[in-house]
Amino acid sequence: MAHLSYNPDPGLDTRVDSLLRGSTFSFEISKLDRRGFLKLTGIAGGGLMLCLNARVASAAKPEPPLSAVAEPFQPGAFVQISSREIVILACNPEVGQGVKTSLPMMVAEELDAAWEDVRVVQAPVDAKRYGPQFAAGSNSTPNRWDGMRQAGAVARAMLVATAAQRWGIAAGDCRTRDSHVLHPDGKLRLSYLELAEGAAKQAVPEPSSLQLKSAAEYRLLGQRVSGVDNLALVTGQPLFGVDHKVPGMLYAAYQKAPATGGIVASANLDEIRQLAGVVDAFILEGNGEVAELMPGVAIVASDTSSAFRAKRALRVEWDRSGAAQDSWDASIDEARRRAKGKPDKVFTAQGDVDAALAAAAQIVEGEYTYHFLTHAQLEPQNCTASYTDGSVELWSGSQTPDNAIDAVARTLGIPRKTVTFHQLRGGGGFGRRLVNDPVCEAAAISKHIGKPVKLTWTREDDMQHDFFRAGGHHKLKGAVDAEGRLSAWQSHFVSFTHDGEKPVTGGVLFPGMFPEGMVQNLHVAQTLLPWHTPCGAWRAPGASAYGFVEQCFLHELAVASGRDHRAFLLEVFGEPRQLAPGQHDFYPWGRGRALHTGRAAAVVERATEAAGWGRTLPEGRGLGLAFYFSHRGYFAEVAEVSVSPEKRLTVHKVTVVGDIGQIVNLSGAENQVEVSVIDGLSAMLAQKVTHEGGSVKQDNFHRYPLLRMPHAPEVEVHFLDSGYGPTGAGEPALPPLAPAVCNAIYAVNGHRIRTLPISEEGYTI
Amino acid sequence: MSEPISLQVNGQERILNGVDPETPLLWALRDHLNLVGAKFGCGISQCGACTVLLNDSPDRSCSLPVAAAAGGKVRTIEGLASPESLHPLQRAWIEEDVPQCGYCQAGQIMSATALLEGNPDPSDAEIDSAMAGNLCRCSTYLRIRKAIKRAATELKAWKAEG
Repeated sequence: MAHLSYNPDPGLDTRVDSLLRGSTFSFEISKLDRRGFLKLTGIAGGGLMLCLNARVASAAKPEPPLSAVAEPFQPGAFVQISSREIVILACNPEVGQGVKTSLPMMVAEELDAAWEDVRVVQAPVDAKRYGPQFAAGSNSTPNRWDGMRQAGAVARAMLVATAAQRWGIAAGDCRTRDSHVLHPDGKLRLSYLELAEGAAKQAVPEPSSLQLKSAAEYRLLGQRVSGVDNLALVTGQPLFGVDHKVPGMLYAAYQKAPATGGIVASANLDEIRQLAGVVDAFILEGNGEVAELMPGVAIVASDTSSAFRAKRALRVEWDRSGAAQDSWDASIDEARRRAKGKPDKVFTAQGDVDAALAAAAQIVEGEYTYHFLTHAQLEPQNCTASYTDGSVELWSGSQTPDNAIDAVARTLGIPRKTVTFHQLRGGGGFGRRLVNDPVCEAAAISKHIGKPVKLTWTREDDMQHDFFRAGGHHKLKGAVDAEGRLSAWQSHFVSFTHDGEKPVTGGVLFPGMFPEGMVQNLHVAQTLLPWHTPCGAWRAPGASAYGFVEQCFLHELAVASGRDHRAFLLEVFGEPRQLAPGQHDFYPWGRGRALHTGRAAAVVERATEAAGWGRTLPEGRGLGLAFYFSHRGYFAEVAEVSVSPEKRLTVHKVTVVGDIGQIVNLSGAENQVEVSVIDGLSAMLAQKVTHEGGSVKQDNFHRYPLLRMPHAPEVEVHFLDSGYGPTGAGEPALPPLAPAVCNAIYAVNGHRIRTLPISEEGYTI
Repeated sequence: MSEPISLQVNGQERILNGVDPETPLLWALRDHLNLVGAKFGCGISQCGACTVLLNDSPDRSCSLPVAAAAGGKVRTIEGLASPESLHPLQRAWIEEDVPQCGYCQAGQIMSATALLEGNPDPSDAEIDSAMAGNLCRCSTYLRIRKAIKRAATELKAWKAEG
């Protein structure tokens, strides 16, 4: 399988060893003018939402990039203040998770800048200057928390020092508020814009010497702030990768083998080249790296429509001798067979599971299955590339722009320093844009044709050439003792491997997985089946599936014990304590951070309270509970559902309580939780990807249904103020949704769902 | 060489030269007229990201040949705001902080525009029905609903003021 020699876990391989490059690039279009907006809408003062940007006239014309600002006060990488404006750089990729707004808010808080005075600019890709620039694992918030606040505090200290000198008083006697330094006399004040020139001459203080605000002092953090790109989005301005244009650009499509690793044997290139609008059609052999450039046929045309039309007329003979032969049906049959046998590898063995099973009052067994999923981010993969004289410039919305530079340098065999990547907004990520295959393809096509090109994948390309969320099969056995307590947990997880050794992304076990540390007798084991089609990170990797398996099975045990699910779960958490942190080389960013049982219990208590757990419901209606801890976030969800005798499901409401520490942007955090719930529901209802002969059967949304507005349930969101620092909100609210709904279905009709999507068990909405 | 095609887009006459009449309106707008607000999502009228108004009705521009729009009145997200102010729907989208990735939102707003022009006071069910053709992969449906209601209220207030 020579063509499958790829990194089996590309999405998690984010390196930060980028070279220093001096490019400055800005893709900002809107002047942030809150005052103009407030005047326009009349919500000044009373509005819940701080909206930064909405002056129509300014939306149409591009703002000057950073480099156009003359000699600004720039105390570090993230703040730039001139006599004209306060600019804060958004350092991480924005793919819908809201960091372009929330990370600059952290800076503005400590800077004491009025949010309406701030213009946010996307930082150039330069990890040496800006630190690790990636969007993965709900890490942007915790990783950037200290650095962003310090950046604001440093700038503030220098502005204060300047004002203090001007007034001839001690810096410690000055206060700051709304982009001004205030004199202790209560009358004199100097704006940051007035002070910028002087501040630039101050010594830069050591960040750790500065006192950061306490949570009680926050004026901006925890407020609802509208996204900084919202004006551009609602007026249709170019923001996304696919919107970018460069002069003289052509439009490309790329056809890869239906089964990963297939090679072009022949293609009707002469015929394609004759089609209207087609400039050229040619074969790329690729470098055999599935995360970079796989073999295929490139079509370059005068517009996207001509390229797509020619692609439909393309006839390729594929050499499938080295290609993937993956079959879902065959694999899941094998997984069920192997699950019953001896596991390949024991991952965790604590206590004595056999003895606990022998002494059990109740034993429960269940086998759980879930299908592969595709990301289906709404903006299909694309990249604009311009290759000239040994260097290449790229524009795309990547979740790992720094990795993209390395990948393109390898693909084209050129030095890293000759590759420039411009980070644009991504139309959804969900983990798909962690891998930069379309960026490499666009670069190779531009190099071949000698002109700038925009490569756009069709939806079919996108759905069939994904790094899929892996399916899996779990065989579980658990015991409840005579007191009705959980006494043993045994799990055999059959997943997949690309290389025969390591599990695929989405199949990784790690220390501290539920219920480790909370049950005395635990046995976790794994068997891996070969799988060649690439797998990758899909929103809440691992957790998105394990949450369903573990929290439904825990409910099975609660039912067997004859006790209430809530009481059973709280008892499993036990005394409030911090469990031992797990170490795992696959998740150095905190996926394996250990759970605090007190924080877990608190969200369960509050969610059940808010949802009216235990109340009497009409016939056909039920409540289901589930908890999950992932990505350092604690979430409990209660689903209220109706199920008809014909298995027609209605989800009325989902009540969510989360603890992700300090909330940065309340609007963004609430939005992430609302949509995680709906995304979780969307996925569990009828989404599945099935491979046969190495090819994917699903190709577009009519065969891979996303939930639509009429089926979106009410979602009630609460956050607990636990006093902890902030952690990410993009992923941890998704895993509890499927088990909460499945447990609610059980409460209605006694049917235990052990397969996702639930359409496989006959359910419809 | 294809005949020139004349389109009326956002109140302006636009001439397309050398564009195949079968080209979907979406690509005529995006690649030839530099109007990139309407988005490509599926190419088969499944997702609604490409929604524009043709003669005031929402249409999926990814599947509509540009020749079929010739002579008709095309409205896109870029033409929704007046020079003085945003459309109430655009303001409501900002005030409710609807977007996540934002890719589908131009299509959502155009569908909502058609809804409110035909039905200034839609019920929840009518909103759901009118918006069912627009997918939001990020699943911002709850905020889209809220924003439509907010905009409807504002439009009514404007009309009441005359």
